Amino acid sequence: MLKIANGEVYDPINGINGERLDIWVEGSKVVAVGEGPPDRAPDEVLDASGAIVMPGGVDIHAHIAGSKVNVGRKMRPEDHRGDVVPRTEVTHSGVGYTVPSTFVTGYRYATMGYTTVMEAAVPPLGARHTHEELNDTPIIDKGCYPLMGNNYFVLKYIERGEQEKVRAFVSWLLRATKGYAIKIVNPGGTDSWKWGKNVESIDERVIDFEVTPRQVLVALAQAHKELGLPHSIHVHCNNLGVPGNYRTTLQTMEAVGDMRIHITHAQFNSYGGTSWADFHSEAPRIAEYVNAHENVTIDVGQVIFGEATTMTADGPWQYRLHQLTGNKWANSDVEMETGAGIVPYTFRKSNLVNAIQWAIGLELMLLVEDPWRVFLTTDHPNAGPFIFYPHIIKLLMDKDFRDEVFAGCPKRARKRTMLAEINREYSLYEIAIITRAGTAKALGLKDKGHLGVGADADIAIYPKDSDPERMFSCPRYVLKGGEVVVKDGRVVKSVQGKTIYVEPPREDWIERELREEFERYYTISFENYPVQDAYLPQSEVIRCE
Amino acid sequence: MKKIENVICPFCGCLCDDLEVTVEDGEITKVARGCSISRSLFLNHHKNLAKPMVDGEETSVERAIEEAASILARAQFPLIYGLSSTTCEAQGRAIELAELIRGNIDSTSSVCHANTTLAMQAVGEVSCTLGAVKNRADLVIFWGCNPIEAHNRHLTRYSGTVKGRFIQGRKDRTIVVVDVRRTRTAKAADLFLQVEPGRDYECLAALRALLKGEELDVREVGGIPIEELVSLANRMKSCKFGIIFFGMGLTMTRGKHLNVAAAIMLVRDLNRFTKFLIMPMRGHFNVAGADNVLTWQTGYPYAVNFSRDYPRYGPGEFTAVDLLARREVDAALILASDPVAHFPRKAASYLEEIPTIAIDPHRSMTTEIARVVIPTAAAGISAEGTAYRMDNIPIRLRKVVDSPYLSDEEVLERIIELVKGS
Repeated sequence: MLKIANGEVYDPINGINGERLDIWVEGSKVVAVGEGPPDRAPDEVLDASGAIVMPGGVDIHAHIAGSKVNVGRKMRPEDHRGDVVPRTEVTHSGVGYTVPSTFVTGYRYATMGYTTVMEAAVPPLGARHTHEELNDTPIIDKGCYPLMGNNYFVLKYIERGEQEKVRAFVSWLLRATKGYAIKIVNPGGTDSWKWGKNVESIDERVIDFEVTPRQVLVALAQAHKELGLPHSIHVHCNNLGVPGNYRTTLQTMEAVGDMRIHITHAQFNSYGGTSWADFHSEAPRIAEYVNAHENVTIDVGQVIFGEATTMTADGPWQYRLHQLTGNKWANSDVEMETGAGIVPYTFRKSNLVNAIQWAIGLELMLLVEDPWRVFLTTDHPNAGPFIFYPHIIKLLMDKDFRDEVFAGCPKRARKRTMLAEINREYSLYEIAIITRAGTAKALGLKDKGHLGVGADADIAIYPKDSDPERMFSCPRYVLKGGEVVVKDGRVVKSVQGKTIYVEPPREDWIERELREEFERYYTISFENYPVQDAYLPQSEVIRCE
Repeated sequence: MKKIENVICPFCGCLCDDLEVTVEDGEITKVARGCSISRSLFLNHHKNLAKPMVDGEETSVERAIEEAASILARAQFPLIYGLSSTTCEAQGRAIELAELIRGNIDSTSSVCHANTTLAMQAVGEVSCTLGAVKNRADLVIFWGCNPIEAHNRHLTRYSGTVKGRFIQGRKDRTIVVVDVRRTRTAKAADLFLQVEPGRDYECLAALRALLKGEELDVREVGGIPIEELVSLANRMKSCKFGIIFFGMGLTMTRGKHLNVAAAIMLVRDLNRFTKFLIMPMRGHFNVAGADNVLTWQTGYPYAVNFSRDYPRYGPGEFTAVDLLARREVDAALILASDPVAHFPRKAASYLEEIPTIAIDPHRSMTTEIARVVIPTAAAGISAEGTAYRMDNIPIRLRKVVDSPYLSDEEVLERIIELVKGS
C-alpha cells in the first residue's frame, strides 16, 4: 500500500478544492482518502508537502496513433532532427517534435502528469494500425474514435430513412474497430472529396447521396442516444478554417436539438468575417450558445505560436490549406469510409490571422462559464504540440502573462477579438476540471479524472510554484495504475497502459445486410476487417446499455 | 482435411486476402484464387528449408541463436537489414535489437521505393486506398511498372478488370502504360507511350507545363511525340478519377527521387482540374509495414542509426548498400530478405567478410554465405502477425500450418534477452 502524504488535493468530481488530504493507493486503485485503512501501515510514502495532488490528466482529443499520424511522421524528418530523445535504462529512444514517435508520445504525456489520451480520429479500415501504434505508446491509457460521418453505409441507411440500421451499423463498427466513440469529421464533405468536391453548408447535398450533413449529425446523435454510449458524438464541423464559419458551428449545435454533442477544436470553427481581410473572432457567439445549452461540450484546439503539423480527416480542407500555403501536402482517401490530409503549418505571432486564432482559443476557455463543458486541447498537432499544455494553463491563470503575450501580437488584432477585455483567471480547481475531471466526465470514464475510493490510481503530484507553466511541466511524482512512473519530471518506470473501448448492445443481424455490398466494394474480405483481440493485449471494456 | 478461407498471401504488395487454402495432415495441398506465384509459395513452402547452422556446421536452433547474440553483442557498428518479408511484430523486435546494440537498421525499401520516400518528404504524397481505385478510377496509368508480371492480380482485384461501385469493369477504364519497352502490361493497355531510358523526368515536366497551358515548341520529349503527350495531358485533365501507379522505372532510373517528386507534383497540379492520385507499387508483402513500424517507433522509415543512443536518419549514410560497400559495419543480421542475391557485388561480397547472421525460413544466397543461419516459421504460412498492403492497409496474416521452428518475432526476442544478459 502506498500513501501520498500531505498534499493539497484538487478533486473536483468529489468536490475537493485544495484540502490537505492523504491519498491511499493499493494495487491499481485509490482505496482511501484522508484517513487510511485502520491497523495498516503503508509500504511506501510519497511526500506531497508543498505540492498539489490531482488526478492524472485526461486528454479528450489528440492525434497520436494511426495512418495519417504516421504519414505526418514519415513526411517530416525535419520535424524530428532538432528534437532527439536518447534512450535511458528504462525508456526507448525516439524523436519529437510536432509528430513525436510513439514511445516519446507516451513518455511526454506522462511527464506532464497526463495518464489517459484519446486518439481523435481512426479510419475503420486502418484501425489495426491505430491499435498497433497505441500498443507502442507507453504508460498512458488510451481509446480511439472511429470515423463515421462519411461512411458509405451510414450515408446509405440515412438516405433510406433506416435509422435502426444506422444504429445497428454504429454498434457493429464500434465493436469491429474496438473504438470508444462516434467521430464525425466534415460530415458529407470528405465523401464528396472522393470526387474532388466538398460541402459548404450543413444543408448541402452530399454527392451521390440524397443526404445532407444535418441529417448525418441527427442520425448519428440519435444512434448514440439509442446505444447509450458513454461519450457524445464528437464533431469536427463542416467549413473548418473558413472565415464566417461560426454560423455553421451554431447550425451544427442547433441541428441536434437537446441531444448531446461535443464540438472539437472549436477555435477553428469560431471565425467571423467574409475573407482573411476582415477575419475576426466570433468566439463570444459560440460561447454564448454553449453557455445556454447543457447538452454541448467543446474542446478548444488552442493555437501555439510555432510549428504545427495539420492532420485531419477533412480532405478538402487540407487541400485548401496546401493551396493557401504552398506547403507539402499528403492526402489519403480511404475507400468507403473517410479520407485524410496532412500539411505542415507554422503559426506566427506576427501574423494577424494567426494572432486572432490564438486569441479565439483563449476567449472560448474564458467566456464559457461552466468549466465542465470546455476543455483544454491543442488538437495536437494541428494547432500545436501537446507539450505546451502547461503554457496554456499559465495563459489561463495569469492575466498579466496573457497580456504580455498578446502585446507581442499585431495591434490590429485587438479590434478583432475581445480577449484583452477579459480579466478572468482560472483557479487550480478549474484547471483540474478542464484538463482531467471534466474530460473524464464527458467521456463517461467513471474511474478516471478523480481521486475517490475506487478510482484508478492515476495521480499527478505537482510541486507548488507561482509559475503554473513550470509547475505543470515537472511533476514531482506521477502514478499510473498505482505505480510510480515519473519522478521529478523524468520517467522512472515504463508500464503498458490499457486500451479502453466500448461494447454497445450487440446487433449482429446487420452483418447480413452489410456483407454483400462490403465484399463488392471493399478490397479486403469481410472476415479480415474487424480488429482481432491480438491487438489489445491490455484492455478495458465499457459495456453500454 | 480443412479448408481455410480468407487467407492472406505473403508475397507481394497486393496482399490478396481472399485465398482458400486446403490443408491435409498438416500439409498444404491446394490453393484457390491465388496467382501462380502465390500457389507456388504455399504449395512449396516446406521445400528448401533452412537449417540451423554455425560456421557451416548444422547445429541446434538454440546454439545458432546464442552465437548470433554473441556476435551482435560484441559488434561495434552492426547492421540489421531486410524486414520486408516478415510480420510487423518481428520488425518491432528488430528495431528494439538495433537500439540495444547501437546499430544501423535498414529495410529493403532502400533499394526499392526509398526514393519515393525522399520525394514524399520533399513534396508530400497524394494517394488513396486501393478500393478507391477499384470503385472510381476511369483512368489508370502504369508508369515504369509492369503489374501483369510483378503484381499478378493487381488488375483483376484493384485496377483493371475489376468491377467497382461506379465502374462496371474494364470497359469503363482507360489503361495507359508509360515504359521503356512494350511489356506485357503495355500489351494489355489501351495506350502505350514508349519513353527513352532515363528521360522520364522530362516527360513529367512536359506534362506539368502542358497542364499550365504552356505550348511546347518541340517534336518530342524523351522519345515520346509531343502530340501523344498533349493528348495524355488532356485525358488526365478530363477524366473523373485518375491514378498513376509507379515502380522502379521511376525510382531507380536516372533522376530517381526527382522523377518521383515530378510525378507527385504532376498529380498535385492535376487536382486543380479533377480527382487525381498516385501510388507506389510496393514490392514485398510487408515492406510498407517496415516503413510504418520504423516510422512510428523511430520517426524515420529506413536508414536509421542508433550509435548515439537516439535515432538518426541518413539515406546514403546508413543505408545498407552504402554501409557494406564502404566496409563500415562489422557484423550484419539479415532478416527476411536476400541481399546477396540482390545487392551490387561490392556490397554483397562484404557480407562474406564479416560475421553475418541470416534469419530465414528458406535457404537463399544469403544463408549460403552466412556464418549463422537461424531457420524460422514463414510469416503468413506458419506465423501470424500484421502486414501492410501497398496502400498501407494493415491485414492480419494467418497461420495455416505448423512449423517446427520459432517465428521471427520469437527468435529476435530470444536474441534480445541474451544480448541484455551478456
